[in-house]
Amino acid sequence: MEGTQPVADALRIESIHKSFGSFVALKSIDLAIHPGELVCFLGPSGCGKTTLLRIIAGLESQTAGRVIQNGRDVSNAPPAARDYGIVFQSYALFPNLTIKDNVAYGLVNRRRDRAAIDARVAELLKLVGLPTEGPKYPGQLSGGQQQRIALARALATAPSLLLLDEPLSALDAKERDRLRGEIRQLQRRLKVTTIMVTHDQEEALSMADRVVVMNHGAIEQIGTPLEVYERPATPFVADFLGKVNVLKATCVGGGRYRVGSREIATGANGMATGDAVRLYLRPEDRILADSGPVETMPNAQSGIVRNVDFLGTYCLASLDVDGFDGQRMLVYFSLNQTLELGVREGARVAFALRPERVRVFAA
Amino acid sequence: MSGTLAAGPAPVASRRLALAGEALAARGGLVLVAVALFVFLTAPLAALLIRAIQDKGGAYVGLANFVQYFASPAFSRSAGNTLTFALVTTFLTVPLAFAFAYAIQRSCIRAKWLWRNIALVPILAPSLLAALSFIYLFGNQGVLKGVLPWFGLTTIYGLPGMVLSMTFSAFPHAVMILLASLSLSDARLYEAADSLATSEWRKFVTITLPGARYGIISAAMVVFTMAVSEFGVPKVIGANYSVLAIDIYKQVIGQQNFQIGAVVGLILLVPALVAFFVDHAVRVRQKALLSARSVPYVPKPAPVRDRLLLAFVLLMSAAMLAVIGMAVFGSFVKVWPYNLSFTLNHYTYGFEEAGVENAYRNSLTMAAWCALIGALLTFAGAYWLEKTRGADFVRPIVRLQAMLPMAIPGLVLGIGYILFFNHPANPLNVVYGTMGILVLSTIVHFYSSSHLTAVTALKQLDNEFESVSASLKVPFYKTFSRVTVPVCLPSIIDISRYYFVNAMTTISAVVFLYSPKTMLAAISIVQLDEAGAIGSAAAMATLIVATSGVVTLLSFAVEGWLLRRTQGWRRAAPTR
Repeated sequence: MEGTQPVADALRIESIHKSFGSFVALKSIDLAIHPGELVCFLGPSGCGKTTLLRIIAGLESQTAGRVIQNGRDVSNAPPAARDYGIVFQSYALFPNLTIKDNVAYGLVNRRRDRAAIDARVAELLKLVGLPTEGPKYPGQLSGGQQQRIALARALATAPSLLLLDEPLSALDAKERDRLRGEIRQLQRRLKVTTIMVTHDQEEALSMADRVVVMNHGAIEQIGTPLEVYERPATPFVADFLGKVNVLKATCVGGGRYRVGSREIATGANGMATGDAVRLYLRPEDRILADSGPVETMPNAQSGIVRNVDFLGTYCLASLDVDGFDGQRMLVYFSLNQTLELGVREGARVAFALRPERVRVFAA
Repeated sequence: MSGTLAAGPAPVASRRLALAGEALAARGGLVLVAVALFVFLTAPLAALLIRAIQDKGGAYVGLANFVQYFASPAFSRSAGNTLTFALVTTFLTVPLAFAFAYAIQRSCIRAKWLWRNIALVPILAPSLLAALSFIYLFGNQGVLKGVLPWFGLTTIYGLPGMVLSMTFSAFPHAVMILLASLSLSDARLYEAADSLATSEWRKFVTITLPGARYGIISAAMVVFTMAVSEFGVPKVIGANYSVLAIDIYKQVIGQQNFQIGAVVGLILLVPALVAFFVDHAVRVRQKALLSARSVPYVPKPAPVRDRLLLAFVLLMSAAMLAVIGMAVFGSFVKVWPYNLSFTLNHYTYGFEEAGVENAYRNSLTMAAWCALIGALLTFAGAYWLEKTRGADFVRPIVRLQAMLPMAIPGLVLGIGYILFFNHPANPLNVVYGTMGILVLSTIVHFYSSSHLTAVTALKQLDNEFESVSASLKVPFYKTFSRVTVPVCLPSIIDISRYYFVNAMTTISAVVFLYSPKTMLAAISIVQLDEAGAIGSAAAMATLIVATSGVVTLLSFAVEGWLLRRTQGWRRAAPTR
């Protein structure tokens, strides 16, 4: 089986199961990670993403299932017998050792000669952009700098797998943005297979090659950031990533659904006539009057603005849509559209829904 | 990534072998701690429990021993006396300690560090020292004997002297708890009260007292337990006021009646256990009392309050120093109070005459061993418990046993040790009568507080240090010696000092376990006092205080030096 695959998986998770007493933290997780990619485990707290990472690291033992790294079964190997570097949210730098000694921590143990270690440490410090901080102690660096050092320490022994456990969560917003880009760049350059755990969807979407969305100990969807955002496989994914409107509807056949007294055309044909369903639409899944005569387009709607949230470069307007039986809809307007189309409380706005973007799930 | 410099993995076979050894060391260490605690704590207590339901010959007699003891007039008298003594001491000590702690935490008096340290001085002294001082001051030859009638007393011997001496000994323990409790406060509550024009008294009753109530309960429990299980004070100044602790001693040492001794021990265990669980429940609540966002309260000057509190603090400090000073002074005068000329005879001939000239050296030896081995074992035990992985079923057992000594009065532990280690069938009975058993019993007796200190220090370290080390293929013991120990060194020194000072001053467990060869300084005070050599008794007490004091100062000096030397990385506290 493995022989026939063009590229061997860097890591394979096979039906991993984990329970703490009666609480099931992970249920039959299957996952393959390709060499050199950056995969994000994304989900709300308690979804099992950190537990899965710790099982991969050997810091937690699974109740059942296998972990296979580069073709080697490491399911029961202790952490030290696996090949990975890890970075924690808390940095976990040794406070009484200098930056240099921290980075060299894993190298010294391998009985390399002094000069080689020094050269490697210098190389790593340069890599993370802190070439002169070697003699300082962790407490003398900022949070972002400490996290860079933790990254250097994890990479020092050239592991084939890098594990990042919420590495940016302890940092302030600016530092987080900067480090996000740096980690991504570094990862691309070193081509090191990387798994990052995060609860921040923006972080996952902007950094990952693939996102694994998890909830209640199970994988909801695996896909590229665009896939999971545009074509959410489950209501949870649609709801967790970005904002979404959920409309109660009934299937009338032929991919058409009735919301209140209106019918909406979609590309989704999976439902039987009469089924109660929910339509999931993002606030941006609409066409506005500045792109043409929306009144004549399919799925044309009209509604009265009840509330406008100004969010900087865009606005979210809450609309009372005609014929929707009081089900309100959030609609996205860029700042320019807000001004040009006169979006304000009490105003009437015309728009059309994009049929291909509507996701339909059973109620 | 970089070709030439990248570190390759070590050969797999040797790696595996090293790992197996490492896992074994981690799990084995923990099991070892569990077994050691079982042998030196739980097993002796079990022996005590079993002995209480056996007759002299070792046959099972059910509750006959209890029935016999409960029916004796000695029991009802001693039990009543013990309760009275403990309650009066608690009701005297806790309000005094509260006022003292309040003055330090919530007023603007000067030199707070000085008062705080004076309040802690009694910890350095055996409880007997206070009893001796009160005899010097108010006893049959006391200079201040004349003031006793003012308080409606005819003599200091008995309950009054016991309560005063016990208050002196228990005071620092109560003050420490209340200082900690009163340091937790939220200034915003007081600001809210001020904005509603609340009177000072109402603020005290509605904010300060409720905030400190868990500390007050906790302090009361600690003082009560100390008094219930106190042996030295009633022995020296109690006269005919019999208490349970003395009954145990008489039964076991005087009459070799181990089964009744075991019964009294179990009775003593009841209030101690109750106090332990109340205190435990209360501490858990105290933790939840304050949110992380609280703003600490900073007292503002209030001249009347501050002056009154300063007067009180001065009075208490003077009284405490006077108690210590009296014993020291008494040890250097020929015949108190008739011939006050200077002499060293109490330190030389006095000790020789009573045959206790080796006691001080023995105490030093024992205290040094306790400080060394105790700190080592306690810290390693706490580390194995908190920071290693695997063998998880052992952890709750270790945790429970580590906290148990706090609930066990020393006398009870001592009898358990006799019964367990003096048993002919026990292969460990070679330690009986040696210095080893004194060191072991003392370490176990004071294990809980030390264990908590170690656990607190370890919990301040990032939990992921061990995970990071494992991912870097560094064995856990290397991280232990390179990171954990250096970071925790101040706490390890604290533990060491705690063991040393307590080993110098303790009587309760070791009084059952010493042999003529291993006579200890604190125990010899009882013997000297019984022989009527009060000057030498005071001399021995003085030696203990001086030694504890010097060692304490030395340990502070070492810690200070250490902190200065490592300030490069300590300056900025480790994150989290």
